[in-house]
Amino acid sequence: MNTEPLDQKPATASSQTSASTSAPHSVRVATGDEHPVTSPLSVHDMTVAYHRKPVLWDVDFDAPAGSLIGMIGPNGAGKSTLLKAALDLIPKASGRVMVYGKPYRQQRHLVGYVPQRESVDWDFPVNALDVVAMGLYRRIGWCRLVSRRHKQDAMDALEQVGMADFAKRQISQLSGGQQQRVFLARALVQDASLYLMDEPFAGVDASTEIAIVNILQKLREAGKTVLVVHHDLHTVRDYFDYVILLNMRIVAHGPTDEVFTPENLKKTYGGRLTLLDRAAHAMARQGET
Amino acid sequence: MSRSRIYFFTLLIIFFSCPASVTMASGLSSIRDTSMSLPSWDMLMRVFLLKDYNTRVVMFGTMSLGLAAGVIGTMMLLRKRALMGDALSHATLPGIGLAFIIMIQFGGSGKYLPGLLLGASVSGAIGLGCIMAIRHWTRLKEDAAMGIVLSVFFGLGIAILGIIQKMQTGQASGLQSFIYGKTAAMLAQDAKIIALVALLIVAICSLMFKELKLLCFDATFAQSQGWPIFFLDAIIMALIIIVTVIGLQAVGLILMIALLVIPPAAARFWTEKLLPMILIAAGIGAASGFAGAAFSALLPRLPAGAIIVVVASVIFALSLLFGTARGVVHRLIDHTKLSRKVAQQNLLRALFERSEGSRSLSEQNLSANASAASTSFKRLLLARSWSPRKLRRTIRHAISRQLVRARQYNHFSLTSNGLAEARRVVRNHRLWELYLINHADIAPSHVDRGADELEHILGPSMVDELLELLAVKHPELAMPPSPHVINSRSAAARAERHRSKTGSAKRT
Repeated sequence: MNTEPLDQKPATASSQTSASTSAPHSVRVATGDEHPVTSPLSVHDMTVAYHRKPVLWDVDFDAPAGSLIGMIGPNGAGKSTLLKAALDLIPKASGRVMVYGKPYRQQRHLVGYVPQRESVDWDFPVNALDVVAMGLYRRIGWCRLVSRRHKQDAMDALEQVGMADFAKRQISQLSGGQQQRVFLARALVQDASLYLMDEPFAGVDASTEIAIVNILQKLREAGKTVLVVHHDLHTVRDYFDYVILLNMRIVAHGPTDEVFTPENLKKTYGGRLTLLDRAAHAMARQGET
Repeated sequence: MSRSRIYFFTLLIIFFSCPASVTMASGLSSIRDTSMSLPSWDMLMRVFLLKDYNTRVVMFGTMSLGLAAGVIGTMMLLRKRALMGDALSHATLPGIGLAFIIMIQFGGSGKYLPGLLLGASVSGAIGLGCIMAIRHWTRLKEDAAMGIVLSVFFGLGIAILGIIQKMQTGQASGLQSFIYGKTAAMLAQDAKIIALVALLIVAICSLMFKELKLLCFDATFAQSQGWPIFFLDAIIMALIIIVTVIGLQAVGLILMIALLVIPPAAARFWTEKLLPMILIAAGIGAASGFAGAAFSALLPRLPAGAIIVVVASVIFALSLLFGTARGVVHRLIDHTKLSRKVAQQNLLRALFERSEGSRSLSEQNLSANASAASTSFKRLLLARSWSPRKLRRTIRHAISRQLVRARQYNHFSLTSNGLAEARRVVRNHRLWELYLINHADIAPSHVDRGADELEHILGPSMVDELLELLAVKHPELAMPPSPHVINSRSAAARAERHRSKTGSAKRT
């Protein structure tokens, strides 16, 4: 577990259940808008809406540095949405997100993002090495060519995920697990401090799952923070030392041992809060008129 | 397939398709329209040896156009915006008409290309804005929004062209050709502008190659990295509008989208890489442009735009069939090769198992005797459910590869090469059977069939993994330890790794 003292805020009044998290960890209870500089990802009062229908309500948490964080919740709980909103990919209705104490806009180089595998067309005419090199494009800059050194960096990242032999393979000829590893390598090559991964274990084979877990653990050993959207409840205890339980709002967050309890899981998966759902529909209808 | 071979085939097809399609279509047209005579040999030579100044100008223009369309079309296709490009090109028409009117009112030439370009761009941008507005403010989906914008703007454009026709300025006569294209009307000035624009497009696409590649493959990731994807998309759209406008005279508005979509789609059959795809698409576009210009010189009555597109389609059809990367024929050949390999392996296994079954042989005399033991055709036929014809073909093939030799009275036996290959095949088959029995809980009586299908595709790494898995229950399969000291350091390390691996496998 991380030994670093964490700044933890209590969940805001509006979130239905206050997270039973902070007790052993919080040394200082921050109030108001403070964003702890130590936290790699600090989400404050974030609400996100699609077509005016809120899908995330008042999400509020600070990710502890140097930990493997699992984000868990049922389908439609807004897990991917949370990542995307944190990365400024979709607009937030309200709230703020800070990465190491500054807006994401200024901290892009510190964040590696692994989107869902299905989000792209794997029939695209590029090979695995090209895809990994894409993680370096920002560093290379506008209109500059990918140099040999960059290609070597990309190759090293492929090596890390055990895909060096497939560097020149066209990406449609890779299996699902191999494609996922290529995506992971693309994030690794950025050498970020915070990694946000959207369902890296979805539809991968057993050996890929083991390989990915090993990489995640290596990242944590190197002092990086990894936030993983995860589906499989059986493996949560083995993989993550911190969990965020999400279902439109944060049900609970904290160290796995304390938070990953049957009661909290029941709250997370036991259907949506009907009133919250109805309020969301009402707001969406209001938007139409 | 080597890259040089891909390029060679492309060039070959481009080279042959041009004159072939010229003669083909001219034959057709002479049936339909008797007033149009077949071009004489003299005429053909004049056109293809580029002796005519006008023909040279037009060819230069249409080839540049095809090249530019191929390059930007590839980006459009990979960004999955083909329909958007179509809507956009139609949305340029009202702007073109209005620009024409305005330029006439100010006493200029109505067909001044930069003026038309400006009008088209403004109109196209408004169309794009409408699509986005409809999508944002209503619940209509993008396809509906594009359908609406496409038809409304095109209708508006046609109406404006009608007004121009009524204006009787004397200049309007050629404007109708903007819709269908009329290559012969191209002036040297126009050809130069087209070439310049093509140069501009090639320059932008090569400068921003990396950025556009990222945008087309994974826009979400690009955005998360801080790339301005709206700006990059706008560049692609702007280049599409520009190509559409410079293509007005040569191909016409309606068919311009075909020149944007068909060459890249055809190019995809030849390659799995982006840069070659762009180059091949540019080549196909240029070849189509060349053919179109040649036609319009030989048979001025044929609409050149349509011919350019027809040529491009012919190349597309050929690519679909013969493409080296994804062509149908290529895939069929691969499939045939695989099924032949499977049949071959089945034959070897049948021969091996027959000779094995006939006498219980120990390992040593098996190799000595298996080549001597021969099996009759009848017994082989009963070994599997294969037709006599297929078996005969497979045997013939195996004999030609010197894996099997024919004995007297329709008997066959393995050669020493065939024996080695057969042992490998049989070993894979049995390893897989053991795996299925031990790890997948399949009954021994059913296992043969499952193993039969998979053994042919087992790679060496999978065989190694199988061995490792099976070593737990069948220690006789494990690698025996080396009986002597291994000097080479790497060999020692390898042996060490293997020993620890099998050791850990045993412990579990």
